[in-house]
Amino acid sequence: MSDQPDMNEFSARSPDTLERVRVGLAARYRRERRFRMYGLMSTCLGLLFVLFLFVSIISNGYTAFWQTQVRLEIDFDAQLIDPDGTGDAKIIGSANFDKLVRTAVGQLFPEVTDRRGRRSLNRLMSAGAGFELREMTLADPALIGTRQTLWLPADDEVDMLIKGYIDRDVPEGSRRIKDQQILWVDALIADERIERQFNTDFFRLGDSREPELAGIGGAIKGSFFMLVVTIALSFPLGVAAAVYLEEFAPKNRWVDVLEVNINNLAAVPSIVFGLLGLAVFINFFGLPRSAPLVGGLVLTLMTLPTIIIASRAAIKSVPPSVRQAALGVGASQMQTVFHHVIPLAMPGMLTGAIIGMARALGESAPLLMIGMIAFIVEVPGTPLEPSTALPVQIYLWADSPERAFVERTSAAIMVLLAFLLVMNGAAIWMRKRFERRW
Amino acid sequence: MAVAEQAHKVTNTDKASAVPPPAPRKPDSPVMSAVPESAAPELAPDPGKYETIGDVTATDPVLTVRDCNVYYGDNHALQHVNLDVGRNQVVALIGPSGCGKSTFIRCLNRMNDTIDTARVTGELKLHGEDINSRETDVVLLRARVGMVFQKPNPFPKTIYENVAYGPRLHGLASNRAELDEIVHGSLQRAGLWDEVKDRLDDAGTGLSGGQQQRLCIARTIAVNPEVILMDEPCSALDPIATAKIEDLIDELAQNYAIAIVTHSMQQAARVSQRTAYFHLGKLIEVDQTDKVFTNPSHKLTEDYVTGRFG
Amino acid sequence: MQLSTLLLILIAMAVISFMLGRRRSIAVAGGYGSIRKLHSLPKYYGYYVAIWCGLPGVLLILLWLSVSESLIMSQVIASLPSELRELPESQLGLVVNDIKNLAAGQFINEQRGADVAVAAELYSSLQASARWILSGLMIAVGLVGSAYAWTRLQPRLRARNQVEGIIKVGLILASTVAILTTVGILLSVLFEAVRFFQKVPFTDFLFGLTWSPQTALRADQVGSSGAFGAIPLFAGTLLISAIAMVVAMPIGLMTAIFLSEYASSRVRAWVKPILEILAGVPTVVYGYFAALTVGPLLGDIGALLGLNVASESALGAGLVMGIMIIPFVSSLSDDVINAVPQAMRDGSYGLGATQSETIKHVILPAALPGIVGGGLLAVSRAIGETMIVVMAAGLAANLTANPLEAVTTVTVQIVTLLVGDQEFDSAKTLAAFALGLVLFIVTLLLNVVALQVVRKYREQYE
Repeated sequence: MSDQPDMNEFSARSPDTLERVRVGLAARYRRERRFRMYGLMSTCLGLLFVLFLFVSIISNGYTAFWQTQVRLEIDFDAQLIDPDGTGDAKIIGSANFDKLVRTAVGQLFPEVTDRRGRRSLNRLMSAGAGFELREMTLADPALIGTRQTLWLPADDEVDMLIKGYIDRDVPEGSRRIKDQQILWVDALIADERIERQFNTDFFRLGDSREPELAGIGGAIKGSFFMLVVTIALSFPLGVAAAVYLEEFAPKNRWVDVLEVNINNLAAVPSIVFGLLGLAVFINFFGLPRSAPLVGGLVLTLMTLPTIIIASRAAIKSVPPSVRQAALGVGASQMQTVFHHVIPLAMPGMLTGAIIGMARALGESAPLLMIGMIAFIVEVPGTPLEPSTALPVQIYLWADSPERAFVERTSAAIMVLLAFLLVMNGAAIWMRKRFERRW
Repeated sequence: MAVAEQAHKVTNTDKASAVPPPAPRKPDSPVMSAVPESAAPELAPDPGKYETIGDVTATDPVLTVRDCNVYYGDNHALQHVNLDVGRNQVVALIGPSGCGKSTFIRCLNRMNDTIDTARVTGELKLHGEDINSRETDVVLLRARVGMVFQKPNPFPKTIYENVAYGPRLHGLASNRAELDEIVHGSLQRAGLWDEVKDRLDDAGTGLSGGQQQRLCIARTIAVNPEVILMDEPCSALDPIATAKIEDLIDELAQNYAIAIVTHSMQQAARVSQRTAYFHLGKLIEVDQTDKVFTNPSHKLTEDYVTGRFG
Repeated sequence: MQLSTLLLILIAMAVISFMLGRRRSIAVAGGYGSIRKLHSLPKYYGYYVAIWCGLPGVLLILLWLSVSESLIMSQVIASLPSELRELPESQLGLVVNDIKNLAAGQFINEQRGADVAVAAELYSSLQASARWILSGLMIAVGLVGSAYAWTRLQPRLRARNQVEGIIKVGLILASTVAILTTVGILLSVLFEAVRFFQKVPFTDFLFGLTWSPQTALRADQVGSSGAFGAIPLFAGTLLISAIAMVVAMPIGLMTAIFLSEYASSRVRAWVKPILEILAGVPTVVYGYFAALTVGPLLGDIGALLGLNVASESALGAGLVMGIMIIPFVSSLSDDVINAVPQAMRDGSYGLGATQSETIKHVILPAALPGIVGGGLLAVSRAIGETMIVVMAAGLAANLTANPLEAVTTVTVQIVTLLVGDQEFDSAKTLAAFALGLVLFIVTLLLNVVALQVVRKYREQYE
C-alpha cells in the first residue's frame, strides 16, 4: 500500500492514544453518572406521582366508608303514623316520620324549649333518618305502637365534626356547625349515643343533595348497564372485524383505508365520540337522553378500535401452521377460522376486551355530551331509564362545596379505581395464564 | 518454545481416538447444557477439565487467557479455555455453531457485560493487565480492544461521522484537521477511501454490505486499538466483498493482533497464522493453521475440517 | 306486542327452522346411512333454513324501527288542528314531545290540553296497529322464507358455502362499522358546524379574539350578540398542552431510557406496571386531583414566592395533564428504543463508548423519528383531553401566555356549551360542533402524521 509509512507512524502513536483516552475518562464518567441520575430521578418522579395521587385520594376518602350514627329511642306512635289502624301502606307512607325523629332527639335534651334551639337541635339528625323509619315501618307494620332503640344517621356536619374535619378553634361564624350544636354532640358522645358504622347507604343509594344520603348505587348500576351494552356490542363486532381483516380481507386500497382509519379512530379524543352520540343517537335516532343504552352505544364505538387492534394482534400470533394443518385435512377457510384460529386467539382477544372495558368504565367526557350528567336520585332499573355513571358522579360531586362531598368524591374514586384494578389485574392474569409461545 | 509446547501438549490423544466418535448430534443444537456428559466421553476423562491439544501460547503475546469460563445462567457455555493472541498475528477461531467461539472473543473486550445473565471467570490479560477484574476500566479496555461484528452495523449517521465517532468520544483529535486526518487514514487503511471520498456526508447505511463492513472496520481502527476482534465479519457478505475484507485483514495483521471467528474453513486457512478449534464450549485444539487443516491431532477437529459435520 | 317478544318469537322460529332443515336434509339424503350424499353436513342445511327464516325478519324489524316513528308522527301531525300544525318548527317539536309524553303515560303541562290528548290517542293507536302489522308481516316473512329454503333442500345444495358466504358478509359489515363511525363523526360534526357558520362567519370564528358565547336574554345587555372568536380557546389549549408536554416529554423519555437501558430486569418488572397504573387512572380522577390538591398547592407555592396564581391556572391543569401523559410517552419511547437493534449498541460499546454516550449519540438519533411520532400522538392526546381541563382550567377565555392565569380550552367550551339546555337553532349550541370539527381535524392530522412516522420507523428496523 502506498501510505505504508503513514500507517506505521499512526500505530507508533499508540501510547499517545492511550494517554489521550485516559485524560478524558474522568469527565466522561461524570457525564455518565449525571445522565444516569437524570434517568433515575425521572423514574422516581413518576413513582412519586403515583404515590402522591393515591395518598391524596385515599387520605381524603377513606372516612366516607363510615357514617356517624346516633342511637335514639324512637316511639312509633300509632296516633301519628296510622291513627285509624288501617294498615294501609298509602297512609303509613305519607305519615310524618321526621316528627318521630324530632321527638326522640327532643327527649334527649328536654331543656331546649325555644323554637330556634329546637330547630338547631333537629339539624343534628340527617333528613334520611325519617326515610329510614318510613321504610322500616312499611316493611314491618308491627312496629307501630312499639318503642325501639335504633341507630340513625347523623347530619353530614356532625359526621364531619366526629371525623375531625371541622376545626373547633375556628370562630363560630366561619363554620357550619354552631357552638351549641357541638356541645350537644359532645353530650351525645359522653352518653355513648354516637358511633361510626360502616356506610352501606353509600353503596346502595342514588345521588342526593344531602351528602349523608348520597350514594354511588345509582352510578354503579348505570355504569354496569353501560358496560353490558358495550361489551355485548363491541366484543362480537370487534372480533368479527379483526377476523375479517386478518383472515379474509384482500390486500387492496380499501382495506388499507380501513386499517389506517381504525388506528386513527383509536386516537380520536373521546369527547368527539360524545358529539357523535349526541348528533346521531339522540338527535337523529331520537333515543332518550341520559340513558345507559346511549352511553353504551357511544362507548362501543369508542372501544371498538381498541378491541379490533388487540384481537388482530391475537389472531396474528396464531401460527400459520395451525391454519395449514386445518386446511390440509379439508376444512373450509371459515371452519379453520372458527374451529381453530378464534379459540386459540380467544385469551388475547378477551384480554384486549377487558382492557377496553376498563377504559370505557373510566370514561366520562362523552357521557357529559349525551346528558348522563343529570341529577338523578332514583337507582335505574333498566338501561333505558335516566342514569349517571360512576366517573360522571365523581365529576358532579367534585363540584359540590360541602366537605362531606369531598370525602364522598374521594371514596367514589377509590371504588372506581378498585374496579379498574380488578379488571386490569384480570387482564394481566389472563395474559400470563394463557400466554402461549409458539 | 519447545518446552512450552511440551508442557501444553496433551497426552490423552490415544485415549480420545480409542473411543468411538460422538453420538450424532445436531451441531447447531442451541442448548449446550443439555449435553449429557456421556455424550462426549472422548473429550477428557474428567469432562470438567479438558486439556487442549496443541500450543496455546504465542510469542510476544498481547492477550493471554487462562482457564476462562463463561456461564449464561446455569449454562456453562465456555469451559476452561486457555489461549494467547500474539502481536501481528491472526488467530482464527473455528467450530460448529454454538461451540462458544463468539462467546470467547466477546470476553476479550468484556462485551459479555451487556448480557445480564452472563458470568465470566478466569484469568484474562491484556499486556499483563487484568481484563476481567472489577477495577478494569471497560471504556479504556474497549478502546484498546476493538471489535467488528457479524452483521455490518454502521450507525445511522454519515460516513464521516461513523468513523469520527470513536475518536470524538475518546478525545483523540484536538481539532478538526486532526479528526479529518484520522478519518482519512482509517478509511484509507480500511480500503474504503477511494469509494467514499466524494460522499463522506452520505449516510453510512446507504453503502453496500461489504462497504458497510469495511466502514465498521475503519470505525474500529480509527480508535487505534491494539487488538481487533472480528466476529464472523464476512458471514453476511458476498464472495467479492469477502475477498476484499480478507485482503484487509492480511494488511491489518501487520499492525494489530487479530482474533477472527469464522465459519468458513477456507477463510481461516487464508487469513490466519494460528487456528483454534472449539467444540461444545471447549477449546479442542490450537495449532499453526496449516497443521490444523492438513494434519489435525484430534478426531473432532479432523471430522470438522474434513466436513464430516458442522 | 313488545319488540322483545317479537324478537323472541323470531328466534324461536329460527330454531325450529334449524331443526326442521336438519331433519329434512337427512331425509332427502335418504336417511342417516346415506348422509355422505349430501354436499354439506346436515347442520349446515339447518343453518341455511334458519337464516332464510330469521334474516328477512331482522331486516324487516330494522326497517320498521327506522321509518315507522316518522311515518306515524307525520300522520299524527297531519291530524292536528291547523293552528298547531302551522307552528314554527321548534314549537311544533315541543308539541310533538307533549304528545309522546302523554302517550307514554306521563303528565304534561295542560296548556294545549284537548288537542294534544286527541293526538296522543291517535299516536298510541297508530303505534299499536303498526306493531300488529309488523308482527304479522314478520311471521309471514319468516314462514315464507323457511318454506322457500325448505323446498330448495336437496343433496346437491351447497349449504355450507351459502352459510359461510352470509357469515362473511356479516364479518365485512362488522369491519365497516369503524369506517361508518368516522363518517358519522365527520358528518354529524360537519352538518351542525355548517349551520353554525351560516350564523357566524367562518373568519370571525377562526380569527376572532373574543369568546363570549352567552347570548343575553335581553337585547340591551352587554355582549348580547355573543362573540365567537376562537383564538383565545386555541391559545389556551396550546398553552396547557405545551405545559403538559414540557412535563411529560423529558420525564417520560428519561424514564423510558432508564428502564430500558439502565434498570435491572427486576426493577423493570416492578416499576413498569406501577407507572402503567398512571395510564389506567381515569381522567376524571386526574381532574379531581388537579382541582383538589394541585391547584391549592400551586396557590400556596405562588404565595410564598409572591406570585399571584389563579386558582384555576393553566399551570395546574398542564402539570396534571403532563403527569397523565408521562406513561403514554414512556411506553411509546420504550417500544421505540427497544426497536433499535442491539447491533447498534454493540457497535458503540465495542468502540469504548459509555452507556450515556451510546444512548445520546447512537440510540436517540436512531430512535428520533419514532420518538417524534410518539410525541405527536401525545400532543394529540393533550389537545383532546377533556376532564382535567374541565375540572381544573376554568371558563375564562383569556388570551394570555402567562401560565399562572386561568385560560380555557376547546374541550372545556364544548362541554360547557352542550351541558344543560341545548337549542339546536342557536349559535351557542352549534358553536360546540364547530369547535368539535376543529378538534377532530387537528387531532386527525396529528394522528395520521404521527402514525405514519412511527410506521416508517418500525419498517426501517424490521
